[in-house]
Amino acid sequence: MTIELHPNIDAHLLETLESVSDPEIPVLSVLDLGVIRKAVEDNGTVKIKLTPTYSGCPAMDVIGDDLTKAFAAIGKDTEVELVLSPAWTTDWISEAGKRKMEEYGIAAPLEESADKEALLGNKKLVKCTLCGSTNTHLVSQFGSTACKALFKCDDCLEPFDYFKCLK
Amino acid sequence: MVNQNLYNYILGIGDNSLILGQRLGELCGHGPSLETDIAGTNISLDLIGQTRSYYQYAAKLSEKEITEDDIAFLRSEREYRNTLLVEQPNTHFGFVIARQYLFDVFHLLLLQELQHSKDDTLAAIAKKGIKEVSYHKRFSGDWIKRLGDGTEESNEKMQEAIDGLWRYTDELFEMTDADKEMVTEGIGVDLSKLKETYYQEVTELLTEATLQVPERKYFNYGGKKGVHTEHMGYLLADLQYMQRTYPNMQW
Repeated sequence: MTIELHPNIDAHLLETLESVSDPEIPVLSVLDLGVIRKAVEDNGTVKIKLTPTYSGCPAMDVIGDDLTKAFAAIGKDTEVELVLSPAWTTDWISEAGKRKMEEYGIAAPLEESADKEALLGNKKLVKCTLCGSTNTHLVSQFGSTACKALFKCDDCLEPFDYFKCLK
Repeated sequence: MVNQNLYNYILGIGDNSLILGQRLGELCGHGPSLETDIAGTNISLDLIGQTRSYYQYAAKLSEKEITEDDIAFLRSEREYRNTLLVEQPNTHFGFVIARQYLFDVFHLLLLQELQHSKDDTLAAIAKKGIKEVSYHKRFSGDWIKRLGDGTEESNEKMQEAIDGLWRYTDELFEMTDADKEMVTEGIGVDLSKLKETYYQEVTELLTEATLQVPERKYFNYGGKKGVHTEHMGYLLADLQYMQRTYPNMQW
């Protein structure tokens, strides 16, 4: 891990940032998701650098607006800038975020090589979020949003989303 | 002073993503199965997202007060620089997949080079796109194999699509003045260097899919110079409808 992968965030802004969540996965805050790359207060204005998960993710515009609203509620102006580099990776999702995601019903991303095996259907590695079985199979490489694939459990027969590994 | 070559170069790349994104968007709710429908629109979303990054950058470079939307919606047909391949219609699913695969292989090779561009913004957009486009190629490549090496009918339809679209592949590597200038400045990608790898990779996959690699001496060009096929006007009529009918309207 290099320094630049750690977001540069003022401690007193954390609480407000924590209150803003991903509109598609409401249990995840923007901090859990790792999309806030920088948040510092400068002369009364909160300057935020936000990075998209996927280029076309429509949640980004909403997150930008929500951040502005959240800080406006505590009387602060906000400048949100979208940054592309370094590109977001699923490694930036916090451990707490992964846990919340699983509880919400979305299987958290596996590490890169396991993810590949699972998405190619070579190995059964993705754990069902309902019953915990890894006897699951890929239904669709693309899911309800750009970041997910659709799986189905062959034991409890539940379909569920899997958050794809992105590196 | 705006670097006009850089501006044109960015639009040249962005237009391919916009027009293919629009074509795939047309399939929303019309895919042959739920999974392929979702896949088409997901890929479309990635491509339109990339387009926005390119156009936002181009708008920033422009001397005029324009936004990404002006670039996307308010140009005339001759001003779009996309290749002819991406504007070809969604005739049948075989065509959708063949068009996607023939573009994805090129697109990934392009972005892999563009990530080393001296231009930081283009390098960043490319790096981000590589992750997405690798996944697109896996999807389209899998379907080529499945349909090519499927039933007699699916093989026939896949072959028909490959034969029909092959004539547009050489244009992907055509070097415009903007391309040449950008290569000299260390910003752009020398497309002619990608060509051999491209045809090699495509040939391998088609062979694996038990499809014939077309032997063709003549290719169609024009898109990169703004001279499009007859399908482009219809596509733009759809794409631009709202902005042309209700100028400056916002959602």
